[in-house]
Amino acid sequence: MTAAGMRFVDEFRDREKARGVAAQIAKLCEPGRHYGLMEICGGHTHTIYKHGIEDYLPEAVQLVHGPGCPVCVIPMGRVDDAIWIAEQEGVTMTSFGDLLRVPGSRGSFLDAKARGCDIRMVYSPLDSLRIARDNPDRQVVFMAIGFETTTPSTAMTVLRAAAEGLENFSVFCNHVTIIPALQAILASPDLHIDGFIGPGHVSTVIGCEPYRFIAEERGRPFVVAGFEPLDILQSIQMLLLQLHEGRSEVENQYTRVVPWEGNQKALQAIDEVMEPRPTFEWRGLGWIPDSAMRLRERYARFDAERIFQVPATRVADPPACQCGEVLRGMIKPWECRVFGTACTPETPIGTCMVSSEGACAAYYNFGRFSRQRVRQASSA
Amino acid sequence: MCLGIPGEVVRLDAERPGMATVNVGGARREVNVMLVEEDRVGPGDWVLIHVGFALAKIDEEEARLTLSHLEEMGQAYRDELRAIAESRID
Amino acid sequence: MSERTEKDVLERIERIRRRPPRVTDERITLAHGAGGKATHTLIEALFLDAFRNPLLEPLEDQAVFTIGGARLAFTTDTYVVSPLFFPGGDIGDLAVNGTVNDLAVSGARPLYLSAGFILEEGFPVDDLRRIAASMAAAAQRAGVQIVTGDTKVVQRGKADGCFVNTAGIGILERPVTLSASGARPGDAVIVSGPVGDHGITIMLARGELGISSDLRSDTAPLTALVGLLLGAAPQTRFIRDATRGGVATICNELAQASQVAVVLEEEAIPVRPEVRGASEILGIDPLYVACEGRFVAVVAGGEAEAAVAALRTHPGGEGAAVIGRIADDPPGLVLVNTGFGGMRIVDMLVGDPLPRIC
Repeated sequence: MTAAGMRFVDEFRDREKARGVAAQIAKLCEPGRHYGLMEICGGHTHTIYKHGIEDYLPEAVQLVHGPGCPVCVIPMGRVDDAIWIAEQEGVTMTSFGDLLRVPGSRGSFLDAKARGCDIRMVYSPLDSLRIARDNPDRQVVFMAIGFETTTPSTAMTVLRAAAEGLENFSVFCNHVTIIPALQAILASPDLHIDGFIGPGHVSTVIGCEPYRFIAEERGRPFVVAGFEPLDILQSIQMLLLQLHEGRSEVENQYTRVVPWEGNQKALQAIDEVMEPRPTFEWRGLGWIPDSAMRLRERYARFDAERIFQVPATRVADPPACQCGEVLRGMIKPWECRVFGTACTPETPIGTCMVSSEGACAAYYNFGRFSRQRVRQASSA
Repeated sequence: MCLGIPGEVVRLDAERPGMATVNVGGARREVNVMLVEEDRVGPGDWVLIHVGFALAKIDEEEARLTLSHLEEMGQAYRDELRAIAESRID
Repeated sequence: MSERTEKDVLERIERIRRRPPRVTDERITLAHGAGGKATHTLIEALFLDAFRNPLLEPLEDQAVFTIGGARLAFTTDTYVVSPLFFPGGDIGDLAVNGTVNDLAVSGARPLYLSAGFILEEGFPVDDLRRIAASMAAAAQRAGVQIVTGDTKVVQRGKADGCFVNTAGIGILERPVTLSASGARPGDAVIVSGPVGDHGITIMLARGELGISSDLRSDTAPLTALVGLLLGAAPQTRFIRDATRGGVATICNELAQASQVAVVLEEEAIPVRPEVRGASEILGIDPLYVACEGRFVAVVAGGEAEAAVAALRTHPGGEGAAVIGRIADDPPGLVLVNTGFGGMRIVDMLVGDPLPRIC
């Protein structure tokens, strides 16, 4: 768009450089060999489709979508629990916009809002805190979701609430961690993944060391990638170079943002406020031990689960829903039997179609027609 | 929610330590910079912001290096194209 | 799975998308007011179904009919913007300019407006004076008169301050027929200026997101710009002002009505840096963000350059640009050639990223 350039964004969307990287990628593909590279993070899936990155890749390189979409992995039961909290007397529920249309078994947040619940969209947990400060008569609850990218923000907000002595603020904590999800992926017997495009922003917090076991014990190259199109292309080139040279290492492509050792302050904040849950249910991946966070006892007064006697609903996914298989990379979005028919962005059955980072949403909204299929439209 | 955006620090909040005003192309937002305290961010520095918090200071030198590496790949490609074009003429 | 099977899935999806819409929701949600898919479904499956008649069927922004030899355009719009007062204008400006624009983009000369007010008990009279003054000034600027109206008051809590409805009549003196079904392959798509100013201004003015900028709403009458466009490009097929749902929504409506492909060039779309910055922070696409003083037009390919040149001579049209063209395939879809060199679809808006912006 013809706005004045955005620094650290536009330079990494330059198509001249893209052609150069694409040429290198093509050269690194061995004849007759097929490469499956998993992009873990939903933000990467979104970028790939939004910019049409697949148009730069040879057929031999296939991108497999991973489970790194925090909205997508929330089971229906937790959505129902959150809506139950929103329905309680005096509660103001606050949430990121992305979550508002996720279907629970009795509708979404938006449907609950239409029924009269006080549900508000926020950009930051700090906004939720401000609502609590400004409305002392309301019980303000923040629906906390996200991988390690977002967890420190929730932790810092709880610390702020504690420092201010707020008594009407709490968090419904659904933060999850990336490594257990990756282990579940690696445990899938049928999955052919040659390398991983690593989550750049999660790595800002946890650093690059936690992925070492994937490269060293499981023999898959792992490149921590930034989110601009050139970052993703360069990361693919780096993965293919490793494969070509028979290496299997963790590399950092996103050096301008990701420190190898991560962000210690962020990790300390998380550790101060939260602890791992023994187990947590993930949509499509089942129960995974040590894969999610909850508030520590000493911050119980900010824990919505303790304050509200949440019903802890367990709801099976709708039988038609194949989100689990999409999240594990077993099937592509269009291979889901309800993709685009019963399950659309307007009438979603599962989370993958609702979240802006969901693979199905990204494919339906952006990627349904690739350059190959509409060559005449682009060159007319 | 991986949405992380580069923004330029305009001003540190004198009244509220740990808060700063960050500018993204002319849109300004208050951002908590306590997680990047060690980097001593100040006006003119660039940070990665996510849900109202700065998660990292952007290393401008590393950005330059990444871009020049990408440029090299681009140059290699252009050199090759030129070599092909020239060999055809022969 | 083979390429052919993916193709089968996509074809099946296109067949389903072409089916007549049905309203399955039990309650109205904010999505129904966003101008996207839910709004269109509501209008087609509920209202059109109930009121069905030939004048309504085309579902343009105005109805055009002939009475006693005079060709008239007739339109209505309701304004529920929150906050009522914002940088660049207020609900009064929107109420006049919005209806004037719906008339202007049919090629009509806007003449007379009605104004209906729903006021909440307790609403400050001074605020109402301000709104009325804005409407008077906007009407004068637009060359229209507000000739009839109505006022109702409801109890505290039953209306958010002030809602305004305006209806308008204009006269078509030019022999133009503009229609969303008139686009042909080879035509060019033009926008009259930078997109997204109004929607982002409103979003920021609400204060909930804590983002500030120097942006102002682009609310303005488009009559003069439309006149310049039709003068420079007499074969213009279609003009529509970009309100809820933004440029993307108009392009989708156009693609479907004309059964053509709209192919946009990302780098050609004018966007102010503040709109882009705020959109990046919020994770929304400026193509879906409302304007209140911009139109999208489809002109014959050969007339595009002259059209843009003409628009750029006039205040409000400085940022006019060709942003894409019409192709024949794939019909009914909007595509964007991204700045990066790839391609993506721009689908009809789902949900409501920015509630109550106009």
